Parts: sequence; C-alpha cells; structure tokens
Amino acid sequence: MTLSEPVVYLSLLVFLPALAALVLALLPKVTDDALKLITLAVTIMVFLLSLGLMRQGVGIDFQAGVAEMQNAFSVDWIPSFGIQYFMAIDGISFPLVVLTAFLCVPAMAASWPINKHVKAYCILFLLLETGMLGVFLALDFFLFYVFWEVMLLPMYFLIGVWGGPRREYAAIKFFLYTLVGSVLMLIAILMLYFNSDLRALDNDQLVAAHVVESVEAARDWRSSVPDLSAEPDRMQNTFNILALQQMGQDPDLDLFDDEALFGKSIQWWAFLLLFVGFVIKVPSVPFHTWLPDAHVEAPTPISMILAGILLKMGGYGIIRICYPICPGAGYDLAYFVCFVGVSSMVYGAFAALAQKDFKRMVAYSSVSHMGYVVLGFGVWSAVAGTSYNADYWKMGANGAMFQMIAHGISSAGMFFMVGVIYDRVHHRDLDKFGGLFAKMPVYSGLAIGIFFAGLGLPGLCGFIGEVLVVLSVWKYSVVLAVISAAVVILTAGYILWTIQRVYLGAEYKGPHGDALTPISMRELAIAVPLLVLAVVFGVYPNCVLRYMQPSVDRQVEQLAELTPLFEQRESDANPLGDDEQMAAR
Amino acid sequence: MNLQNLIDELLSDTLDASLPLFLPELALCGTIVLLLLVRVFRGGEHVPSFLLALVGSGMALWLALKTSSEGHAPQELFTGMLVYDSLTASMRVFLMAFAVLFIVLARLTGIADREDGQDFYTLALGATLGMCIMASANHLLTIFLGVEMASVPSYVLAGIVKGRRRSSEAALKYAVYGAGTAGVMLYGISLLAGVLGTAHLPTMANKLAAMNLPAMLASGEESLTVMVLALGGLMMGVGLAFKLSAVPFHFWCPDVFEGASAEVDAFLSVASKAAALALLVRVGFGLGQLHEQPLDIQAADHVPVITAADTAAFETVSFETVQDETSTVQSPLSPVRRFFVLLTAVVAVVTCTFGNLAAYGQTNIKRMFAYSTIAHAGFMMMAVAAAVAQLGRSPSDSQAALSALMLYIVFYLFMNLGAFAIVAFLRNSMHSEEISDYAGLIRSCPIITVLLTAILVSLIGLPPLAGFWPKLRVLQSLFTAGGPLMIFVFVVAGMNTAISLVYYLRVVKTMCIDAEPDTRGAVSIGFLPGAYALVVSLPVIVFGILPDRVAQWADAAVSQLFR
Repeated sequence: MTLSEPVVYLSLLVFLPALAALVLALLPKVTDDALKLITLAVTIMVFLLSLGLMRQGVGIDFQAGVAEMQNAFSVDWIPSFGIQYFMAIDGISFPLVVLTAFLCVPAMAASWPINKHVKAYCILFLLLETGMLGVFLALDFFLFYVFWEVMLLPMYFLIGVWGGPRREYAAIKFFLYTLVGSVLMLIAILMLYFNSDLRALDNDQLVAAHVVESVEAARDWRSSVPDLSAEPDRMQNTFNILALQQMGQDPDLDLFDDEALFGKSIQWWAFLLLFVGFVIKVPSVPFHTWLPDAHVEAPTPISMILAGILLKMGGYGIIRICYPICPGAGYDLAYFVCFVGVSSMVYGAFAALAQKDFKRMVAYSSVSHMGYVVLGFGVWSAVAGTSYNADYWKMGANGAMFQMIAHGISSAGMFFMVGVIYDRVHHRDLDKFGGLFAKMPVYSGLAIGIFFAGLGLPGLCGFIGEVLVVLSVWKYSVVLAVISAAVVILTAGYILWTIQRVYLGAEYKGPHGDALTPISMRELAIAVPLLVLAVVFGVYPNCVLRYMQPSVDRQVEQLAELTPLFEQRESDANPLGDDEQMAAR
Repeated sequence: MNLQNLIDELLSDTLDASLPLFLPELALCGTIVLLLLVRVFRGGEHVPSFLLALVGSGMALWLALKTSSEGHAPQELFTGMLVYDSLTASMRVFLMAFAVLFIVLARLTGIADREDGQDFYTLALGATLGMCIMASANHLLTIFLGVEMASVPSYVLAGIVKGRRRSSEAALKYAVYGAGTAGVMLYGISLLAGVLGTAHLPTMANKLAAMNLPAMLASGEESLTVMVLALGGLMMGVGLAFKLSAVPFHFWCPDVFEGASAEVDAFLSVASKAAALALLVRVGFGLGQLHEQPLDIQAADHVPVITAADTAAFETVSFETVQDETSTVQSPLSPVRRFFVLLTAVVAVVTCTFGNLAAYGQTNIKRMFAYSTIAHAGFMMMAVAAAVAQLGRSPSDSQAALSALMLYIVFYLFMNLGAFAIVAFLRNSMHSEEISDYAGLIRSCPIITVLLTAILVSLIGLPPLAGFWPKLRVLQSLFTAGGPLMIFVFVVAGMNTAISLVYYLRVVKTMCIDAEPDTRGAVSIGFLPGAYALVVSLPVIVFGILPDRVAQWADAAVSQLFR
C-alpha cells in the first residue's frame, strides 16, 4: 500500500476531499477563516496530486502520447451485483481531471466572501469535488453513475442555501432536470448490462478491457464460466465500460443489435437515452433551461464550478460512453447530434444577445460554447464520400475536447469577473454599468482579456477549439459549417457589446458607485492564473493536445473503421434510399 | 390407521419436528403471558415491563438467529399449516430484530409509560407474533389467522394515546376497514377452498395444475369454475391489499398514520408491510409453482384427506413438471401466474404512482410518510410481480427479484424506523409534526437534521445511500422479466423516482434552507434519543457504500423457495 500503486493514488485523489469533509464535520468550533483555509489547502493538495500523475518513472505515471488506458486498477466493490471499483486514466480523462482539480482552487479562493454557515459550505464543496473527480476516473458504468449522482445533493444545497433570491426554485430545477437525465441513463445502463456478455470477447479483448490481468488469466476465467456455445443464455453481464466498448465496436458481435422497440435496435435506444441524459448536463437546446436559472442564482464560486466542470461531464459522457459503446447508433444519429449541437450554438448566442442580466448573458454564452463540443464529437465525416478519411472527424473531436478545457478556463473566469463587480455594486443589470475601466483599471483589463478568450480571439484559448470544430464540419456538411461559422459573429457581437456596456463609457452611473474599489490581491490571485492559462492554451495549444490527442485519435479511428460496415447495413436495410442518395449527389 | 396411531404421530410431529422450529414464536408467546400475568402477583407491579419485553423479544431474536443458522431443510410444520424455509427463518430474524428496536424506541420516546407500558408491549409483541405467522403461512386458514393476529393489536396500538380524538378516530377507522376487508378475504378463502377442496397452498397449486386451466380456458368449458376461482383470488387480494395499503384499499393509511403516534407508524410501515409482502410472496409462490411432493412426507401421511385426494393429481403433476421445465409456454399453472402477475403489477403501478403524487400536498410529516409508505409498498410489489412472472421461465432471475424484495425490506427498516424515530423525538421536543415547523432545524440540531436528510434522500433512491440499491435491483428484475407489461412497470417505476424527488426534497429544503422561526425555543432531543437515531440511521449510509453483506443475506433468504 504505497502511493505508487494506482489503486492508492487514484483513490486518494478522489476521496481526499471527502475525507477532509468528514474531518471538517467532526472538527470542534473553529473560525470561519480557518475552515476556508483548510478547504483551500485541501483543494491545492488535490491539484498537486493530479499534477503528480505526470511525474515520471515511479509506479504511477501518466505518459503523454499513449492512447490506451493507463494506471488502471479494479477491485470488487459489490460482487453480488457485479459492480467493480474500476478506475484508470487516459488522454480523454486526464485533462479533465487536472482541470477539475485546478478549478476547485480558484473557486474555493473565490468563496471568501461567503460568510453564512461556512462549515457546511466547505463540507459540501469538498464532497462535490469528490463526485466530480470520480466521474472522470470511473470506468465501471455503475461507479460512474454513483459518482454522477453523488454530485447532485451537494450542488442542490450549494445553490439552494447560498444562492440568490430565487435559489430554491433554481436548485430544485437543477436537481429535477439532472435526475430525469440520470433515470434515462440508468435505463440505458440496464439495457446495455443485460445484453452484454463477456464471453463473447476474445482473450486479448478481455485483457485490453482490464477484465483480467493476462491472457492466461483470461483462459482460466473462461474455463470457470459456462461455455458460450453450450449455454448461450447464461450471460456474463458486465458494467465494465471498456468491455462494453469492445462489445459495441467488434464488427463480429451483434450483442446490442437486437430490436428493442419500434424497429430500432438496443444500441439505438441506449444511445438516445444516454445522449439525452448527457445533453441535459451539457446543456443543449432544448434541455438547457435549468442552466440560466442555476447560474444566475448560484453564488460566484459555484457558478465557476458549474460552468467550468459540471457541464464538461455531459461532453465527457458523450465521448466516453455514447459513441464508443453504441457506434452504430452514433452513425445513424450523427445528423441529429450535429443538429442539436448547432442549434444550441445558435440559440445560445441569440439568447445571450438578448440578456439584460450580466450573469445570465454569460450563462447563455455557455450554452452556445458547449454546442461546439456536441458538434465536434458528432461530426462523423469518415464516410464513403470522403473515402473514409477520419482526419476531419479527429480534428472535430480534438477540437471539442480542447473546447471543453478552454471553456472550463474562460467561463469560470467570466463568472468570476461578474462576481467581482456583483460583490461591490450588488446588481448585474448590464444597462446600469459603464465606465468601470476608469474606476477599476486592472480588473477591467483582466476581465476584457478573459472575455476575449471566451469570444475566441486568436491567440487565446477559445479560438483553437472553435476553429478546429468549424473546420472539421466543412467536410461533413457545408450548411452546418456555414451556420456554425456564423455563430462566431454572434459571439463577437454579444461579448463586444457587453464589454462596451460594462467597461467602456464615460462614468459609472449605477447604484453603489462609491463601492467600486480596485481589485483586491485575493481576486487578483484568482483572475491572473485564469488569464495566464487562457493565453498559454491559446498560444501553445499543444501543451493540452499532446495529452489528449493520442486517445481521441485512436478512438475516432476505431469508429471510422466501422463506417463501411454501417453503410453496408444501411443500404441492406434500405436499398432504395441509397439510390435516392446517389441521385441526389 | 387407527385413532391411536394418528394421535401418536400427530404428537411426535408437533413435539419433535414442529415445536423446535417454532421456538422463537413460543418465546414471544411466553413473554406476552408473562407481561400480562406478572402484575397479578404481589410485587409484580415493580417489575418493569420494559425489561420483560426487551428480554423476551431479545430471547426470541436470539432463538430466531439460532434456528436460522442451524440450516434446517425446508419442511412443513404443524401438518402443513406453516412452512419453515429460508424465508421464514429470515423474516423471523427481521421481525424479531425490529421488535427489539421498536421496544427500545417506545421506551426512549416515553410512549409506553409506567401505566401503559405493559399493554403497549403486549400488543406490539402480539402483532409481531401474527406477522411471523403471516410470513410462514402455508394454508389459507393460517393466512387469515396471521392477518387477524397482526391486525387486531394494531387497531389498538393506533389508538393507544388515550384522550386524543384523532387517535381514537384513526383506530376506529382502521378497525372498521380491517374488519370489512377481513370479511371479504374470508369469503374469497371459502370460495377458493370450496372449488379446490383444500386450503393447503401447495395442494391447491397441484389441484389447479390438475384442472388443466390452459385447456379449460382454451375450450371455454367450465367458465363458471374459472370465474369463481378468479373471484376468490380477487377477494383474497383485497385482504392482502389492505395490509399492504395498496390502492384502492389505502384510505385508512394516511388517517391512521396521522392519528397514531409516530412510533406506531414505524411499526405499521416497517413490520406490517414486510409481513404483508412476505405473505404476498407465499401466496404467489404457493399457488404459482408445482409441488412435486409434499415437503414433509410424514405430515402428508397424517392428513388422509389430502393424500387420498391427491394421489391421482400427483401423477399427472409430476409428468407435467418435466414439461414445465422444457416447454415454458403452456405450463398448467401459467394462467394462475399470469392472473397473479397482472393483478399485482397493475395494483403496484397504481399504488406507487398514487402514493407519490398524493404525498405532494401534505403538510403533516406523518401523513406525508404515510403516502411515501404507500408508494414504497407499490415499488416492492413490483418485485413480487417480477418474481412470479419469472417463476416458470428462469428460477435464477426469479430469485434475483425476490432477493431484491428482501433487500428492500431490510433497508426500508432502517429508513423508516429512523425517520419515524426522529419524528417522534422531535415531537417530544417541540410538540409539532407539521413540516412547516421543521423550518431551520439544521441550526438547532444539526446531527438529527443531517440524519433525516440522509434518510429522505435514501428514500428517493439516490446513490450512494442504501435506498438506491433495492430500487436498482427491482428495476433490474423488471427489466429481465421483459414483456410489455413488465417493461411498462419498469418505465413507471423509473419515472416515479423522479416524481418522488420533489416532496422528499421539500422537507429537506424546509429543514436546511428555510429560516428558523423566531418563536421556537431551543430544540434538543437529548443524548440517548440522539444516539438511538444515529444507530438506526447510520446503516442507511454504511449499507449505501457496502451493501454486499445484506445482498448476500437477502439472496440466502429466498434460496429455498424454488422447487
């Protein structure tokens, strides 16, 4: 039991905040500042632990440039239900884990103005962090689901107790939306679980999915379970996400292809249910309505977490679960996914233009920016027309992944910037601002920098993701590409207009003008790292891409290889439709 | 076979085989007698009835644990009136353990004071005894006996707080409802026994199989017999539905829960529900599967009526048992199962949805929990439906469904006992059971509020709290059962989780988010009650993270039901 074992290290990473929360709960009376300091120290420690994954040469190290899962471990958790405590990291989860661990530090630092029930706040904050880290690391579908749900209650309280005037409404709305999403997800999990059969995988696949340690162990395992050909009904179901991915992607297997309902296959329904569950979290139009409410009512640090991390879970679910497990359905529904992405981009941008409330504007900008993520994952451009060239799809998926990281930085920064002036003047009415530059020059400079990062100005982090996604769409559908490119103009419109209304202008005429003091050192210490990262990621995107690209590329390639099969299936099922398509071309 | 022989064998069966396995119940009987008689003697009034009850029920629990760990083979007791198998053993452990916890609770809240204590404990233990019989019933007569033995003390318990109009009204309403449904049930029993010529459940199943219902239904002959059977089944269902507070026989439940004290509510919602569900399983499994031979051959010998009548039946039956395994389509009992499954599933769906929707409007916490109990009973019935639906097809899936039910029952004990204990302690401290009076409780007594929050969230069924696992298992078994009906139930069950969120969360919101009223003084429930609440509700969190042990226990509890 040393730190160099993955099981110890990753468990510590995930559960350190929860342990700290327990300690805080048992702690006798301490001052509020001490509680906040302890919590901040814990978040910093978790961040250091997440960076420690990169150290080389010890038992646990995360290698850049490796596509496969690394540092995997799996322990029986509830053997009666076949649920395992199975975690690992790869290039898709690693950047998100680091982002989560990082963002909790500035978010906690931004929590200093909170003076109500500080102890409870710190405990819930730490529990939330455990849930978020767990979601990105869990590779057992059930463990994933449990962590997904663990976040709900802390988030409900954090919005409901420390939020704005309509906090209770916002909190319950958030809870209900997410719970409906998770019920859909649970249905899909059960559908996949009961149709999975580990015996259908060959030994190498079992090893690759970390079901067993080695090929020899796989043979032993196979002899210990009923034979597949003799007793096909005694299925060896599994929650192992990697094994489910293998089953979904193996062209010789048809475990998920049976008809479920209304002539659609199991994987079609599972994909749809999972996708809806995830886009509620993303959130995409038309399931986005909880987000503006939750953001507006949540306190500043919670808005930062919500926008910076929670929304990414939806995107992560789509790339980790939806596509790899149900590739056939992903191919069938590619247009639908892209359409959802593009419509959120457009709708979010227009809605942001119309807002009078500063925070609401930023919230809708999140809807719009997360649309790029959905679009980037959905661009299945590796079809016959492009002679199965997966390069553009890879570009889109990488762009979407990058956009998640970039948006994590920029949206957290934007919400913090809104929080800074809200703490001073206690209103968020865009029309009553103006002239902040004169009173708070340093703050305004930082804020404008971060808003430009959100806008997607070249040289800042928002640009890379947007441009990769928009470029990739061109090969898939020109119409969608044109629309999504046009959204950039809308984005520039609402961001620039906001900057003009808030920071520029002659003088501040709104209420509490005398409270506009310059930015404090604490606020500076939060804003500067965010802006620095926004610049670094914009100038040298490779520092993130080198970690994520191998895994994303590998996954896209695997899916792209299946495309001819899906096209074949489609034309088999609908020979006339194919002719029509040819004629249309 | 002369009379002497008969009596001898009856004696040996009773004394040697049946009574040793009936010891826990006997311990309860002894305790009840002792409680009643101790005051007759001089100085007896100084003996604290709490101690007597605690020692007696503790003894019964110990005996129940002992017999269950000895691993007896499944067998019939008292010439087939009761059945002893893993379910009996586990349910007994469960009920006795609950009785011990309940007695401690009654003592801590002071509901059973010096004057009333003896009555209170006698009634509670008497009802427990009835529930044990319900859980092990193997004969229509013992079913009726068990239901009545459990119900009559409950009527009195509901009205035990003297001088409160609501309480008396609740007791009266409960008694009238109970009497009405018992009458209907008895009528149903007489119809069934009349048509089949026996009231012994396994024999009834064999008779039903021998009647060859599928052919009867197909040809349309003797439709009157089928109708009488169905009617008898429906009427028996009325009695069961009353005990389960299933819609449309749930009307007593909210009123009784509001009128009775919270402690009694805990008793009704946990023990009574669990016993009723076990009874439902007994009926479903007793009538839904074939019994190749009577479990206890001795016993069958002594009941000439049954044996003689059944020799012919068994021959056909054993032939058809083989068929049952190979061709699942036309098993002779499939109509019985279909009838049972349809009835249970439909009632379960309606009960679950209705309970959750009706809970929205409640302002009294006990009334809200009454509707929550109704909803959960519906959820648990779904597991029974799934189990019986899978009976002919896949015993292992059927066992999984039943083990989900047992898991549910166990976790439900901690959730509801914890919840009602906290409600009772808070009532003692602030004399109110209105949800609105719980506002801001997190400031006055944080630990209790956190515990109650954990329980409420667990009742919603969110991981990682205990309430999630049984819901998951029930959903799983519904899914594996498949078919349009079960998938419909599955979808409704999933939706109900989302529906129930709002009203549970409203209580959480009131306690944690709303401001504390100025008028309320300090709320403090004291050390011992706090410790009790902690002990009872901590499993909700612990088993939420480590449910494996209980899951294994639940698996073992239902392993002997399949023949």
